[in-house]
Amino acid sequence: MPSLPSGEPVPSNGTLPPQALREVGSQPFGIYVHVPYCARRCGYCDFNTYTTAELGQDRGASRDSYADAVALELDLAHRVLGETPSVSTIFFGGGTPTLLPPAELVGIVAGVRERFGLREDAEVTTEANPDSVDAAGLRQLRDGGINRISFGMQSAVPHVLATLDRTHDPARLPELMAAARDAGFDQVSLDLIYGTPGESMADWLASVLAALSLAPDHVSAYALIVEPGTALARQVAREELPEPDDDDLADKYAAADGLLEAAGLSWYEISNWAGGPSSRCRHNQLYWSGGHWWGVGPGAHSHVGGVRWWNVKHPSGYAARLAAGRSPAQAREVLSESTRQVERVMLAVRLRDGLPVDALDDAVRPAIPDMVADGLIEARAVARSRVVLTPRGRLLADTVTRALIPSP
Amino acid sequence: MPPTPVPGATDPAMLRNFCIIAHIDHGKSTLADRMLQHTGIVDERTMRAQYLDRMDIERERGITIKSQAVRLPFEKTSGADAGAYILNLIDTPGHVDFTYEVSRSLAACEGAVLLVDAAQGIEAQTLANLYLALEADILVIPVLNKIDLPSAQPEKYAAELAHVIGCDPGDVLRVSAKTGEGVEALLDAIVVQVPPPRGDPDGPARALIFDSIYDTYRGVVTYVRVFDGHLRHRERIKMMSTGTVHEMLEVGVISPEPMKADRIGVGEVGYLITGVKEVRQSRVGDTVTAAVRGATTPLGGYRHPNPMVFAGLFPIDGDDYPVLRDALDRLQLNDAALAFEPETSGALGFGFRCGFLGLLHMDIVRERLQREFNLELISTAPNVVYRVGMEDGTEVTVTNPSEYPIGKIAEVYEPVVRATILTPSDFIGTVMELCQGRRGALQGMDYLSEDRVEMRYTLPLAEIVFDFFDALKSRTKGYASLDYEPVAEQAADLVKVDILLHGDPVDAFSAIVHRDSSYSYGVALAQKLKELIPRQQFEVPIQAAIGARVIARETVRALRKDVLAKCYGGDVTRKRKLLEKQKEGKKRMKMVGRVEVPQEAFIAALSTGEVGERTMRH
Repeated sequence: MPSLPSGEPVPSNGTLPPQALREVGSQPFGIYVHVPYCARRCGYCDFNTYTTAELGQDRGASRDSYADAVALELDLAHRVLGETPSVSTIFFGGGTPTLLPPAELVGIVAGVRERFGLREDAEVTTEANPDSVDAAGLRQLRDGGINRISFGMQSAVPHVLATLDRTHDPARLPELMAAARDAGFDQVSLDLIYGTPGESMADWLASVLAALSLAPDHVSAYALIVEPGTALARQVAREELPEPDDDDLADKYAAADGLLEAAGLSWYEISNWAGGPSSRCRHNQLYWSGGHWWGVGPGAHSHVGGVRWWNVKHPSGYAARLAAGRSPAQAREVLSESTRQVERVMLAVRLRDGLPVDALDDAVRPAIPDMVADGLIEARAVARSRVVLTPRGRLLADTVTRALIPSP
Repeated sequence: MPPTPVPGATDPAMLRNFCIIAHIDHGKSTLADRMLQHTGIVDERTMRAQYLDRMDIERERGITIKSQAVRLPFEKTSGADAGAYILNLIDTPGHVDFTYEVSRSLAACEGAVLLVDAAQGIEAQTLANLYLALEADILVIPVLNKIDLPSAQPEKYAAELAHVIGCDPGDVLRVSAKTGEGVEALLDAIVVQVPPPRGDPDGPARALIFDSIYDTYRGVVTYVRVFDGHLRHRERIKMMSTGTVHEMLEVGVISPEPMKADRIGVGEVGYLITGVKEVRQSRVGDTVTAAVRGATTPLGGYRHPNPMVFAGLFPIDGDDYPVLRDALDRLQLNDAALAFEPETSGALGFGFRCGFLGLLHMDIVRERLQREFNLELISTAPNVVYRVGMEDGTEVTVTNPSEYPIGKIAEVYEPVVRATILTPSDFIGTVMELCQGRRGALQGMDYLSEDRVEMRYTLPLAEIVFDFFDALKSRTKGYASLDYEPVAEQAADLVKVDILLHGDPVDAFSAIVHRDSSYSYGVALAQKLKELIPRQQFEVPIQAAIGARVIARETVRALRKDVLAKCYGGDVTRKRKLLEKQKEGKKRMKMVGRVEVPQEAFIAALSTGEVGERTMRH
């Protein structure tokens, strides 16, 4: 799993600098809840997640006491932030949030509402593994205020799923989708992964078409990254599996983009497509637009007013700190204005809305005509004084970003 | 005991001037140390290991770049000729690039100790220097060193030396410079066998400059051997090659620290200081005489050192250009053979075209620039001097591929060397194959002993300067040794190969090569660059061309994807740091047209090692 960045220490009571607190209220506020449990580890995954076997008999780290620790952190968040606007979005990610009993997830939503208030129009999402949900559970989640669900479909092709260590039966998805709709979910998203070793273009097209046949409101499609330290990385290193090829990934991205757009799902972020503005994931948009969120759970990251911090990764250390009345944050970064500017550019450039040319440093603006000529950014958008990536530019977004951030 | 004779009043009959001819690592410096100790002028406590090698690079490489001379008072205790003597040990540079300097050191001596490792036998450079000594009609004392080593084979190598010199194996002395065994016997042999110097004490002064070094505090220190007359303190002296006159501010001997004297006379070896600031004004091989009533005929053998190998040196950080210029100026104070002039490269920016005596000379200069002046440098592949005759009768001298004329070329001449290769006889076939592949012509072959052979070739210098020595070493498991000396030039079918990136020629990669190897050179370099140049957002063709004719082509495919698919809350910090690091990394890119080429690609492409050792030769 990825190591946490290095940063400065966080006061044990979690206090934020006054200038960060002053910004609370200027931006929408969300809660991310990291659920660090999985039934098994998938070979490609480097997220902060643990199986029951890995956690062993450590009571503090177990799933049973997880909701208690989350409640303590929500108390801490409330103490630190004081008065906040009502919460706009909640997102349960993992790990596998649906390994928790639905009542616990719903209980956490209630806990957020009690402490901070939850907006009437709040978006409350959970990720769900097709293996670990059923119709009854979906209904329970929906009734408890969760109104958006994102299924980890990944692929419709059995041999691809096998390489990914995904154990669900792709044939179950239509049934689950129907159950979600029955339960009242009017926002359903599907996650797909492309570029798995052994996946042909035909396999990938079949997966995209299978996803589209389920009429989702939203699709996220991610290129497989061989993350260091994963089982997949070891298999690639041993040459048991081929390394994903950037050209193949580019072809698959372009193919998916074409199919999704044709089906009425438009890109609004490099890896995300939605059926309309109201189907875009509002929680993720918070990340990309400099919004504020408190990340609850082991290894979760937070951002408020130019301060980023991240919790200790292991569930037992996390639970122990909270039980001792201390902040579970491991370290933080207080961003300078110039660093915030770099982040604004880096994140906004990924969006269909792009960013205004005025928001760029004077020194980098001369690069814009060259990037138009190279087909990286849209000429029409530049005419409206905005920078928006072309389809080619989306795949070379790092090149564009480097050109648009000032030299250090 | 009689008093030690003082400089300027030493009977030539008491003098013995000698040098030590040896290969790197055969123990010359250790033997010199032992002699210093034995004659009592350096005691154990103040003894710095290898006293005579002063520069760090010399110590690390175990070679002597610049020579010095030491006056050793020696008491011979036995025999009819027992008594006080003055031995002048003249240290010689030990490498192929400094043959001329070696010949001048030899010219200052009446005798030479031929020192050979008893476990390895004679090496090619030693043999070449031995021939120089024999040509100069100097008495040679053959000595085997390191006889204390378990792997020593004194019988075998004594026979080999006897064969080479034409003496009896029993005449070969055996020493261990490490333990001191046999050193006294060697000193005795020097007294007995080396003839004392002869000269006209009353004639006009004539002294041979055999070394000249720059000292920060004292300016140029010139080492001389007096042949006739005397050189006196406060006298005005003249350099005969240029006619320039200088005041003699100081004269003296080294024993082993400088000792001022009133004068030095016939046969003596010492130093002079005139206030000159650059060694070019006091050149090795020149004759020093008195400004008034001086000699009219110089001592023979003076030659102006001409650079044989050229390369461009460019600072990696363009801001370091003035530092590089000052550093070259400083090195030139002490290096009459180093030549340089400003050069501008489209790919590498501002730098200097530098001329060197040979490859070692080039390596030493580069290393000193990096070490003593903290410069990070890119150097272009070395090339030799070409003389290009045009059809209209004009002639162009080319020291840089970029100067190679376009147009109707009648003939191109390249320098040729005479190479001596010593190898175990098992590798004769291998060496022949290598030399033939490098356009060599076998001139002769002799067995030094039953399993060692001397092979003589003529070879184009251009074929040697690239990686010949490495190829020879690797093909003979390190056993073969090489010496070469420029002898002539020859017409050859040479062409200039250019490399184009995205249609733009990259001057730093142009090379003059033989037509027969131009294709393999072009293919190899294009392939190597394909590996080294990162993918850009557009396709980058790499072409090798002779004139307008493309002889090889590779393509760096366009980069189509560099973005990470995910960027959520927990990814922001890492992602930002990565982008900032990449942005910083761009500063080390050189732009060739629109193509970003990492510095590392230039360094790797211009290094001699990785392209097939046969093909990439400039």
